Amino acid sequence: MSGIKQLSRREFLKRTGQGTGGLVLALSFAGCARSPDATSAEGAGDGLPEFVPNVYVNLKTDGSLEIHCHRSEMGQGIRTCLPQIIADEMDADWDRLVLVQAPGGEQYGDQNTDGSTSIRQQFDLLRNAGASAREMLLLAAAELWQVERGELTARNHAVHHEASGKTAGFGELVEAAAGQPLPEEVAFKSPEDYRYIGQSMDLIDGFDMTTGRADYGIDTVLPDMLYASIERPPAYRGSIVSVDDSAARSVAGVIDVVRMPESTSPPVFNPLGGVAVLASNTWAAQQGRKALKIEWDAGVNAVYDSETYKQEIIDTSHAEGSPILNRGDVAAALGEADRVVEADYYAPHLSQAPMEPPAATARINDDGSCDVWSCTQNPQSVQQTVAGLLGIDKTAVNAHVTLLGGGFGRKSKADFSAEAAWLARETGRPVKVTWTREDDIQQGYLHSVSAQYLQASLDTDGKATGWLHRTVFPSIGSTFNAETAGPGGFELDLGFVDNPFDIPNMRLETGEAKAHVRIGWLRSVCNIYHAFAVSSFADELAHAAGADPKDYLLDLIGPARLIDPADDGANYGNYGQSLEQHPIDTARLSAVIEKTAEMANWGRDLPEGRGLGIAAHRSFLSNVGAAAEVSVTDDGKLRVEEMWLVIDAGRVINPDRVVAQMEGAGIFGMSIALHGEITAKAGGVVQSNFDTYPVVRIGEAPTAINVHIMDLDAPPGGVGEPGVPPIAPAITNAYFAATGKRVRELPLRKAGLV
Amino acid sequence: MATELTINGNAHTLDVEPDMPLLWAIRDIAGLTGTKFGCGKALCGACTVHVDGQPVRSCSYPVSAAAGRSITTIEGLSEDGDHPLQLAWRALNVPQCGYCQSGQIMSAAALLERNPKPSREDIDAAMSGNICRCGTYTRIRAAIQQAAGEDSTEQAS
Repeated sequence: MSGIKQLSRREFLKRTGQGTGGLVLALSFAGCARSPDATSAEGAGDGLPEFVPNVYVNLKTDGSLEIHCHRSEMGQGIRTCLPQIIADEMDADWDRLVLVQAPGGEQYGDQNTDGSTSIRQQFDLLRNAGASAREMLLLAAAELWQVERGELTARNHAVHHEASGKTAGFGELVEAAAGQPLPEEVAFKSPEDYRYIGQSMDLIDGFDMTTGRADYGIDTVLPDMLYASIERPPAYRGSIVSVDDSAARSVAGVIDVVRMPESTSPPVFNPLGGVAVLASNTWAAQQGRKALKIEWDAGVNAVYDSETYKQEIIDTSHAEGSPILNRGDVAAALGEADRVVEADYYAPHLSQAPMEPPAATARINDDGSCDVWSCTQNPQSVQQTVAGLLGIDKTAVNAHVTLLGGGFGRKSKADFSAEAAWLARETGRPVKVTWTREDDIQQGYLHSVSAQYLQASLDTDGKATGWLHRTVFPSIGSTFNAETAGPGGFELDLGFVDNPFDIPNMRLETGEAKAHVRIGWLRSVCNIYHAFAVSSFADELAHAAGADPKDYLLDLIGPARLIDPADDGANYGNYGQSLEQHPIDTARLSAVIEKTAEMANWGRDLPEGRGLGIAAHRSFLSNVGAAAEVSVTDDGKLRVEEMWLVIDAGRVINPDRVVAQMEGAGIFGMSIALHGEITAKAGGVVQSNFDTYPVVRIGEAPTAINVHIMDLDAPPGGVGEPGVPPIAPAITNAYFAATGKRVRELPLRKAGLV
Repeated sequence: MATELTINGNAHTLDVEPDMPLLWAIRDIAGLTGTKFGCGKALCGACTVHVDGQPVRSCSYPVSAAAGRSITTIEGLSEDGDHPLQLAWRALNVPQCGYCQSGQIMSAAALLERNPKPSREDIDAAMSGNICRCGTYTRIRAAIQQAAGEDSTEQAS
């Protein structure tokens, strides 16, 4: 997603110790062995000696161990999984752990919690944080006891000298360890010695989350704080002609009315404009807002009608586009084919709709610095955006991270944090901004609408000889560059360029599409519509060939091999990681399909009105297979009865959290397949709340979502997002199996199926 | 206007407009933030509390209607966070982001009060007003059955 970067050679070398317990170069931590800087660690400052080998670890003399989590918790379980890695490599005692949520700061490295990156990109970094701390504790004990480092072992929060029977708890070694230089090399544990990695540790926040004690962005309360609700323009780039706020100001509890800065082009993460009503409580602010009388200039995007746009992008997908990947000669294959199959697929805009709408609280301090507390996926982006808006240095923005009541990409944008900071400065008081659900659905950053056109040639045996795929959608790039007129490279990498099929002639193209709304990430991003199209079309070809869909899919994928899209002239970013570490390995993709089919008892007889569908997709460096069993009633309504999901994410840290993410992906994917649709008229979003933008409720949830994790000793892949893409095609393929009817447009609600 | 009500056994006198939803009186005035805002229209259940033992969507329930009544929020469901549902929720690691779980647990607690041994259908019906965007529904079902002393695996198979 936004954080996709190519590895520098230096970074790549750092990662080459990946795997099983070899010696690696210690990563260059920004911290060092001294008392922590009070501004960089929220839990610091009790005056006692501390051992702070890096910014993630802070050991106290009483043996308590602070681990600083620099990534945002939004349901993926990172606040449990991150300390599992550090504590394991440190040989620390889980019960001595105190988790501290780190604020925004470059010293932590990349904090952008998106792209399913936290483990897959930072496994080595976190192992190093723990292993180097352990090494320094061992060296400290060696110095104290005047013995060789090699005679010592660390075990369960203590250093042991087996020969003499001496033991020192980690806490006792704090001062001596703080005097040790950072080791240049540290040894990672062998996987067979893992104590926490690979274990289903209970949720760190489980107690707080079940007792109402957990604090989210919406829960921040500061002394003298104002509560704000903002009326924003109905369409992006709309602006105010006039405001009459007299009625708003007379609403009980309303204290102030403030104009927001106008939106920018490109939007980036700046506020959208509008008028804020500030009051002594949230309700009064919302009531005051309703009493505003605003005349709007609808702006340049008032022309946007998603129905008209739909036809435009479908038309574009039918015309020759810009080549992205070319293998063989598709035109010749199509011309010579025994049979040509073609299909259009369409998927609408979506809203992330996390259960906690965007919320942020800000305070301007006497020295001009700004403190912001928000449910952000990216506190460094909060620092940058707020600094830009207020005209201060980003180091003067203290970005505190609360728990996130869901994120799904919405909260990677700092716009709501910037709104709070602006209002705090304008009013001179701390301000909390709380978006309503209507604000969230109508004025966020939408998942892009897309049109996909596919054509395939089949020979007399039904084998695919040519594959043409065009993808057209407005790009997330438009959020950062107003001139962007079509899909960007990183978006085409998401399930399009990395096509795994062994077809001799293949051509992938894209076409132009201008954005008229703010486009943003949504869990799995472009993989959603690419997987829907590719996995549906594979199923269509199977039926055209009269073959079993699972067998045909495996045939399409073909023999075990490693794929490099560069061989066919494509640039491929591989989610910012190397193909050597994270190959497109068709054997691993096929393996999850075989396992999924086995679990779902593929091929069994099903009663009338039932169907089983299968799909598989590699994204965020993990391979996922999905099967769905659906039933269709006499009046044509579909129900997902059961799902089977298999993930190959390489080494996993906490199996139960992986299972939970897959269960959640199943439900999230069902919402996309069955219900999710955002449309626009006159530049404004039509839907407004969970009545018009429904999501799956408990009664629709399958009887069971059965999850299997492949057991592999391979570098970790992503977990939060890869489960989502194959869900919709597994369901529509199952619907075809049950009824013989193909659905090529999401959501199924549009066709009256739910 | 002063409204008197009891929240988690404590008497409160809140100076609020009578049409203020109970949710905002609880959160912004009484300062109990465990009850969450999700939709403002009784569509998602994140704000569920008990009024005289009955589950209500506090975002759409005027504080004046709660006057003189006894309110229970997630903070008051149990003394030490050890209500059977809270224990089951933790045993099964139900929460993902956790935001909706206050409302889920309060809806489930009201269900078990009136139906100590709910069937899967009873659970789905009683919990249908509570959205979980993270998709913890299968674990919510299992946790309610576990708290009710039922074997959830038997029904799931």
